[in-house]
Amino acid sequence: MTKTKQNKKTDSKANAPFYKLTWDFFASAKLAIIVLILIAATSIVGTLIPQNAADSFYFHKYGESLYKLFSVLDFYDMYHAWWFLLLLCLLVINLIVCSIDRLDKTWKIIFPKKISFNIERFKKLKIQKTFTSKNSFEKIVPEYRQYLSKQFKTILEKNSDNSIAIYGEKGRWTRFGVYVVHLSILLLLVGALIGAIFGFKGHMNLNEGESADSVMISKQKTEQKLDFTIKCNTFDIKFYDTGAPEEYKSNISIIENEKEVLKRDIIVNDPLRYKGINFFQSNYGVSSADSLTLEIESKSSKMVYHHTLKAGQSFDLPENGGKFTLIRYLPQFDFKGHNLGESFIGKVKKPDGKEFMIVLPIRFPTFDRMRHGEFVFLAEHYEKKYYTGLQVTYDPGVLYVYAGFILMIAGCFITFFMSHQSIMVEITKEKNDELSVCICGKANRNNQSMKLKIEKMAGQLAKL
Amino acid sequence: MTTQIADNINMLLYFVTFLYIVSMSGYILYLFKQKDKIEKSALLFMGAGFLFHLISLATQSLFTGTLPAHTMGESLSIAALALSGSFIFFRYRSKLKILGVLASPLTVLIMAAALFAPETAGKEITAIRNIWLVSHISLIFIGEAALALACGAGILYLIQEKGIKGKKTGFFFRRLPSLDLLDYTSSLCIMTGFTMLTFGLVTGFIYAKSAWGNFWSWDPKEIWSVATWLFYAALLHCRLVSGWQGKKSAIMTIIGFAALLFTFLGVNLFIGSHHQIFTN
Repeated sequence: MTKTKQNKKTDSKANAPFYKLTWDFFASAKLAIIVLILIAATSIVGTLIPQNAADSFYFHKYGESLYKLFSVLDFYDMYHAWWFLLLLCLLVINLIVCSIDRLDKTWKIIFPKKISFNIERFKKLKIQKTFTSKNSFEKIVPEYRQYLSKQFKTILEKNSDNSIAIYGEKGRWTRFGVYVVHLSILLLLVGALIGAIFGFKGHMNLNEGESADSVMISKQKTEQKLDFTIKCNTFDIKFYDTGAPEEYKSNISIIENEKEVLKRDIIVNDPLRYKGINFFQSNYGVSSADSLTLEIESKSSKMVYHHTLKAGQSFDLPENGGKFTLIRYLPQFDFKGHNLGESFIGKVKKPDGKEFMIVLPIRFPTFDRMRHGEFVFLAEHYEKKYYTGLQVTYDPGVLYVYAGFILMIAGCFITFFMSHQSIMVEITKEKNDELSVCICGKANRNNQSMKLKIEKMAGQLAKL
Repeated sequence: MTTQIADNINMLLYFVTFLYIVSMSGYILYLFKQKDKIEKSALLFMGAGFLFHLISLATQSLFTGTLPAHTMGESLSIAALALSGSFIFFRYRSKLKILGVLASPLTVLIMAAALFAPETAGKEITAIRNIWLVSHISLIFIGEAALALACGAGILYLIQEKGIKGKKTGFFFRRLPSLDLLDYTSSLCIMTGFTMLTFGLVTGFIYAKSAWGNFWSWDPKEIWSVATWLFYAALLHCRLVSGWQGKKSAIMTIIGFAALLFTFLGVNLFIGSHHQIFTN
């Protein structure tokens, strides 16, 4: 009995079991607010400090001391930093614990053993409207009853000697809205987690006519095997007059057990989906060029010859000039530090056994003139072969995410635009043969719009 | 789009701005005179401005087959349209007339910025035809407008509260409605704005998934949007669970809107993001 106040306080805390204290901590709305604001505030940091750059870049940018500080705080990869993930975990635990904690109470409100109402409590409500009516009690009660049953799902009545109270309510279930929103956030996070663990994102380059059954994973630089083969049949590209690509598409086949199961064109923004794996048209390039038509000018005879050949093939030059072999096509060719772009590389073997290289850049047709040889070689025409660049993604969490989206939209709508509304209309016989009508109501959200609703109802009821 | 139609739409936008200016003058007059008739006419002009603005947007969309939100000017014009529309909606829902004193000048300001924003013609941009992208843009703008009004109501709340606390029955005290009504309007705007923002983010994620293969790509604008969303979520928990009302809430609403404004404009101007293509 002589304990001080402080002692009592520590006592009551000590009396509460540890798990209860922990539970209460995680169930508190205060924690939710703090964690939400912390996540919001800290996630901004990653937009101000470039992420995952080289150490030297940060060192130059921030100087030694700031560099060290940011490094300790994991600011250079902050969305994977332990403290950021901890905040996310806290949010999830908080969300689950607080929902469970409150669900019990809400459940009892939504599914009461018996719906009842307390006349006195209603009469104390702020939202009230009273008016008098000269109609008879017997006439007005059924009319009011009908009016209210149109607007409210549940109707209850309480009679006394000189009065009747009609109670109406609807939207009890809307109290679930908050839980729907919370569940949707969990689904989104679960979906993201599943996608991060079991999914992949990679890239594959396929030459026209070629097929592959593995994908290069962008992040780890490893190969991911697919359980089917994907083949690029053709690749088509259309150009604007300016030379910029207008549209490009790949004709793709899926081959399973050596049988073609699917064949389709894919273009940008219209991916192909097969077995949960998405193939997006992402880029393209020239893999090789075939069937080069050469123009060969003889310096001595001034004659011009033409010949078409493929890489690896050779032919005998006219005028006993030796043998020309087309070695390969190169997407770019480096000439004394200058990139000459797409080029063909060839080789000439003279009758005396001397060999030299021929470079035929497409962009500089007269390039070979500078060699001052017996023949001038020009690339006249060639057929390009493209490769298609496909972005390949697999995200097994995507269904959870979509489910989360649907619940999020439904939950937000229910929570913010609907409410559990209850009203009571009390009709009392006054001594002067008049009736006094009192309408009171409440809602668990948007009480102000309930006020407007009561005013409107009062107007309509008074006219009946 | 032919230049003829473009010119006509531009003329229409000047007319719309004129209507907004008349509405603004009406609201300023209303602030001094406190006559309901003046407010009614100001609201009428606002409504007319909104209507013609909507017509201009619809015509432009029909002729070009895309939602005109490719340049900063076009985006701002849509923002002004969303603001005037939201104001009219909340004016009816909460009966808070005085909000027009903030909403109408803001609309005029955005409209003026839209008309004088430098044009960046001749740039090829993906036409906005995708249903998810169109809903994303529309919903986000409506949400932002509602949250702008929430911020406005919050500012009026702080002014009024200061007047009451200081027991100064000054200029504003007689002209501003009760703290309860201001607080209610603010919360109504936040709930509506937050919901629209949520819907807008969801449709945006769906678009990103369909076009780029992932919902989320750690783009600065994405991060800022979600951070702002989380902040408003915190604010709603303060209001609905912890029962914070009035001053603290009003201050948070203003901070939230500042963050939102940065997400809308600041990220593009100072950080850069894949949303750049829409506001160049």
